Amino acid sequence: MRYHPLSEADRSAMLATIGVPAIEALYADAPAETLLKTPLDLPKGKSELDVERFFSRLAARNLPASRAPFFVGAGAYKHHIPASVDHLIQRSEFLTSYTPYQPEISQGTLQYLFEFQTQVALLTGMEVANASMYDGSTATAEAVLMAHRLTKRRKALLSGGLHPHYAEVVRTISRLAEDEVETMAPDIRAVENVIAEIDDTLSCVVVQTPDVFGNLRDLTKIAEACHKNGALLVAVFTEAVSLGLVKSPGAMGADIVVGEGQSIGNTLNFGGPYVGLFATRHEFLRQTPGRLAGESVDADGRRSYVLTLSTREQHIRRDKATSNICTNSGLCALAFTIHLTLLGEVGLTRLARVNHANAVLLAQMLADVPRVEVLNETFFNEFTLRVEGDAATLVEKMAARGVLAGVPVSRLLPGARLDDLLIVASTEVNTDEDRAAFVAALKESL
Amino acid sequence: MLDRPAVVEPIDDDKIPATFTGNRGLDQEEPLLFEIGRLDATGVDIEAPAPVVPRLGALERSAPIGLPGLTEPETMRHYVRLSRKNYSIDAGLYPLGSCTMKHNPRSNEKIARYEGFADVHPLQPQSTAQGALELMQTLADWLMTLTNMQAVALSPKAGAHGELCGMMAIKSAIAAKGEGATRNVVLIPQSAHGTNPATAALLGFSVRVVPAAPDGTVRAEAVRDALGPDVAAIMLTNPNTCGLFEREIVEIAEAVHAAGGYFYCDGANFNAIAGVLRPGDFGIDAMHINLHKTFSTPHGGGGPGAGPVVLSERLAAFAPVPFIRRDGESLQLIEDADGAESFGRLTAFHGQMGMFVRALAYMLAHGGDGLAQASKDAVLAANYVRASLRDVMTQPFGDRICMHEVLFDDAWLRGTGVTTLDFAKAMIDEGYHPMTIYFPLVAHGAMLIEPTESESKASLDLFIATLRDLALSAKAGDMTRFTQAPRLAPRRRVDETLAARKPVLRWTPCAAA
Repeated sequence: MRYHPLSEADRSAMLATIGVPAIEALYADAPAETLLKTPLDLPKGKSELDVERFFSRLAARNLPASRAPFFVGAGAYKHHIPASVDHLIQRSEFLTSYTPYQPEISQGTLQYLFEFQTQVALLTGMEVANASMYDGSTATAEAVLMAHRLTKRRKALLSGGLHPHYAEVVRTISRLAEDEVETMAPDIRAVENVIAEIDDTLSCVVVQTPDVFGNLRDLTKIAEACHKNGALLVAVFTEAVSLGLVKSPGAMGADIVVGEGQSIGNTLNFGGPYVGLFATRHEFLRQTPGRLAGESVDADGRRSYVLTLSTREQHIRRDKATSNICTNSGLCALAFTIHLTLLGEVGLTRLARVNHANAVLLAQMLADVPRVEVLNETFFNEFTLRVEGDAATLVEKMAARGVLAGVPVSRLLPGARLDDLLIVASTEVNTDEDRAAFVAALKESL
Repeated sequence: MLDRPAVVEPIDDDKIPATFTGNRGLDQEEPLLFEIGRLDATGVDIEAPAPVVPRLGALERSAPIGLPGLTEPETMRHYVRLSRKNYSIDAGLYPLGSCTMKHNPRSNEKIARYEGFADVHPLQPQSTAQGALELMQTLADWLMTLTNMQAVALSPKAGAHGELCGMMAIKSAIAAKGEGATRNVVLIPQSAHGTNPATAALLGFSVRVVPAAPDGTVRAEAVRDALGPDVAAIMLTNPNTCGLFEREIVEIAEAVHAAGGYFYCDGANFNAIAGVLRPGDFGIDAMHINLHKTFSTPHGGGGPGAGPVVLSERLAAFAPVPFIRRDGESLQLIEDADGAESFGRLTAFHGQMGMFVRALAYMLAHGGDGLAQASKDAVLAANYVRASLRDVMTQPFGDRICMHEVLFDDAWLRGTGVTTLDFAKAMIDEGYHPMTIYFPLVAHGAMLIEPTESESKASLDLFIATLRDLALSAKAGDMTRFTQAPRLAPRRRVDETLAARKPVLRWTPCAAA
């Protein structure tokens, strides 16, 4: 087997040193009745060529985003990623290293995490950020748990514009942790009155902007109402590129900002791995989940970085930890930070403007299509379309015409009677031809 | 035993001259991005946007963000220089116990980047992603066969997330039996990973610690003593964190079940037994499998991982969404539990697809027989290290057969003035990443070594000879080799206390001034 360096002669010599006759003797502690008598019913090993053939066949049964006019979003976005990003994250020293427990030989990882934390804090308008979470949805759940610890209250209010998967993740963990959650009705036009629901029993209010229907939301007044009632505002985003063009959640008064970082540096991957971003105020640091890279000095006084405040974490605090998280999303955070370094403020702002302009162009074209209606007053690169008939059927018909048109709301909210709604995203990858193909396929499929 | 390799000259610090740049040959310093980047620099050329009337309402950003940029050549240099300050599996043996730092095949990286996987959206029509669903189902089938379990939840994002998944299923099953109010204790041995008690506490369980026997394992008798009508489950790692097989595991499972509880097995160490033993045969109810350990998806400096959970018949109905159902010729991803007993949703979308691809590629390359060989070679390597060092280092539970990792304590360092930490740092000067230290807590000054199946005998022999040389050096009182270590790494020892006392977690312009 090409991955196993030991020869039979090596194995024999090693067994002799150990003083046992055969490797099987090393499993002597296992109950005899559990040792497999016959090999498992699994195929024999394959050559690299054959393994690649197997996967090529499977891959060919999927339609990649780059092979079709592509308008699917709702939490994950197709963006162009510079080739240097993927090259750099495949450096052995990044790809095949562990969590940087030994800072003297992990400064590469620690310094990029420190830089990542700074970039995330700047983007979100917050004071500090952690070294990443699994993804946006789990970061949201962690933010709610953190708000419970900080306020010593156990009830969260979720806006009707929060991504339904995120809301369900929060509800699942809350139900099993025996905390309370209230979810507002799906709010397609961003008209819900969150403030009217805020009282002093809430630990936090969770609001997404741009929301799952694409609407931009002003959080300023909600933040004020939260703070008046001793509650925290958790702001959520799923499209990090939006932060290049819209006001940051921190500037609008959010206390914890969480989001999905996939759209900077990371491919779609059919849903994962992605990278959760988590930022907050300095005063809340001790209740923050996840790893933190901090600055220090070494024995020669040279500036150095090290994982810090680990007394919050499970490997020290065990059942008193702020979270059970251990592995996070280091390499995806690296892809994020490299792509953002390449963009810089100039590039990010321009990228965000192109995204917005492309979405506006598409919305303008759709305004002339009969039997469809763009519902949004405001949006960044995604909006909700009301269509005549069932949006899921429409998406299938358009897919048959080679256009991946968007996400039917019924897929995210089955049973909510919103079957005529379609969430459409448009990024910098879309061309004039893509938009024309979208409109043509839509007209033919309606 | 190997002698010191002939090519290595003894190092004399005085011979290393100061340099103008602070760099020393290939050992180059690298400033922070924020010190070299410029607000007007970019490494991405983007065409100007089409002129449109914005639809941003009053929410357009007016204040600058403050994000510096770099051109592409500067970006390459920044990150390549940073990368060279890291140790990695590709560069050397990485004996971190409990972390399983084995070879990461590059074919798996290539396959995960096929556009048919990497460039597929989780919410595009399922009819356009049948290959992805087929891949997930194939992985699930392999995991069930390897473990002899009845169901699998693929979506957990990492080991600790898998623990949460398994314990959520257990809590749901208990609630379904109407015992939610009374069963609120989880039994956890002292030697457990910190994630176990943290997970139990997250779900409102209180933790009852089960003591280990003098041989480092958990006795069924100790479990029976701790069991009662208030016990929801036991969380037990097997092989355990001392690298030992839990000999009474079948008896423990029977006792837990007889008392009405569930058995959660922490599968972090499945790589010792995959293909050789099936956890389902021990009588467990749930176990997470760290694809980033046993099935070699890269650790990436701390993630991403993946932690699918296999479930017994008793828990299968409570599995989270989404899951896959075969519907004639096609596969269907069920994303909404719709009144069924599923406990809900753990994460947006469907799990770590990129890791599924790599793990399945690893499985197919090995085959069933190859996976068994990998487990056996890992166990062989750990025992070889044990047998080769047992005369100079001490083991907390006596010299006995271990599984894929060997645990030493610091009894043999007593009186030398050298600590486990010093010893670990001295390994760095020898070109090795240290083993896991001070874990598990049940061994004093623990040193947990996991060599994995990826090392050749020559590599193991050099590692053993190095540790032996260091051990003899410590016993001979060569203190500078330890207390001053590391001297040859990119950094000397880093002040962790300072970092925690005055946390600086981001760059700020004033901190730089």
